[in-house]
Amino acid sequence: MTRKRRRLYIVSGFMLIFATAAALVLMAFEENIVFFYSPTELARKMEQQPIPPNRRLRIGGLVEEGSLGREKDGVTITFRVTDTVEVINVRFRGFLPDLFREGQGIVAEGSVAADGKFVATEVLAKHDETYMPKEVAEALKEAGQWQGDHE
Amino acid sequence: MSMHYFANPARFTRLAGRIQPLAGCLAAILLIVGLYLALVQAPADYQQGETVRIMFVHVPSAWMALFCYSFLAVASAVALIWKHPLADLAAKASAPIGAGFTFLALVTGSLWGKPMWGTWWVWDARLTSVLILLFLYLGYMALWQAIEDSQKAAKAAAVLALVGAVNVPIIKFSVDWWNTLHQPASVLRMDGPAIHPSMLWPLLIMALAFKAYFVTLLLARMRMELNLRRIRALRLAERSS
Repeated sequence: MTRKRRRLYIVSGFMLIFATAAALVLMAFEENIVFFYSPTELARKMEQQPIPPNRRLRIGGLVEEGSLGREKDGVTITFRVTDTVEVINVRFRGFLPDLFREGQGIVAEGSVAADGKFVATEVLAKHDETYMPKEVAEALKEAGQWQGDHE
Repeated sequence: MSMHYFANPARFTRLAGRIQPLAGCLAAILLIVGLYLALVQAPADYQQGETVRIMFVHVPSAWMALFCYSFLAVASAVALIWKHPLADLAAKASAPIGAGFTFLALVTGSLWGKPMWGTWWVWDARLTSVLILLFLYLGYMALWQAIEDSQKAAKAAAVLALVGAVNVPIIKFSVDWWNTLHQPASVLRMDGPAIHPSMLWPLLIMALAFKAYFVTLLLARMRMELNLRRIRALRLAERSS
């Protein structure tokens, strides 16, 4: 019985120490684990030090309503990404995912250009965790109970 | 009934032999019903359309990937601390099943990611931690094979299983702790499920089907391991006589 108890303490103690170590490592590497920065986080970073123009990073947020446009060349798309606090202007030339539209959550990879705009090389759609049939979504919108960010 | 009641291999084999076909039938029935509800009956999603049906395989696989590892880790701890004779067996038997579910979750997730996100794979915290889970399973299985003395192998593998257990909460909470492309949990979350009941029920039935399938495979693998041990023991006895 005592030997079992001792083994129990050894295993539990080992687990506790290891879990703490893992937690410390993850906290130290938080900057590298996050997949994207929100517009607010990016603004805070740029305040601290300007981001070099060729530094690649990802930003994420919602495509602002009414912000989608095209440049004169007809293929470059422009839109604004927002987290309802800060806004980033984005320029992108390429294929957009099916879910992309105004009000949709997206993640864009690219770099900050000299004019302060974010030049994206890839745009990914991010969807939320809500699942429902179309009819329910429409009924919710009609009743004014809609809480989603999406159209 | 003490924990050592089923430590008797003969008693375990008898009981497992009775439960295994029942669990197998249950898995088959639930899978047929679940797939019909998921692929035919459930409505298309307001946002994702028909693609959402991948969820009914992807989510139960991912749950089982985590469940199998938790089971493996608990069995390993029981083996290390209480030296329960069936615990090593249960841990060893659950590893390939868990690896299979993890692989299925990764593949279906990738197939889902391409049409919805626009990419097969990204290195975000959720996807990366699940890939690490697959490697943990494979490493665990390799360790059993690499050490010839089965008692030493059991001990080494159990320690690896416990070290890897740290990854389980990381996977579960990765979507809450860090910005990820993967969305947060839909079912197991604080404010209740964010899935409409017409989609939640098929999902839960599929999850039960996967669980019953796990029980079936686990018992089959454990009985096989026990038989292999008996064969080895008999051969040894024969040689020494």
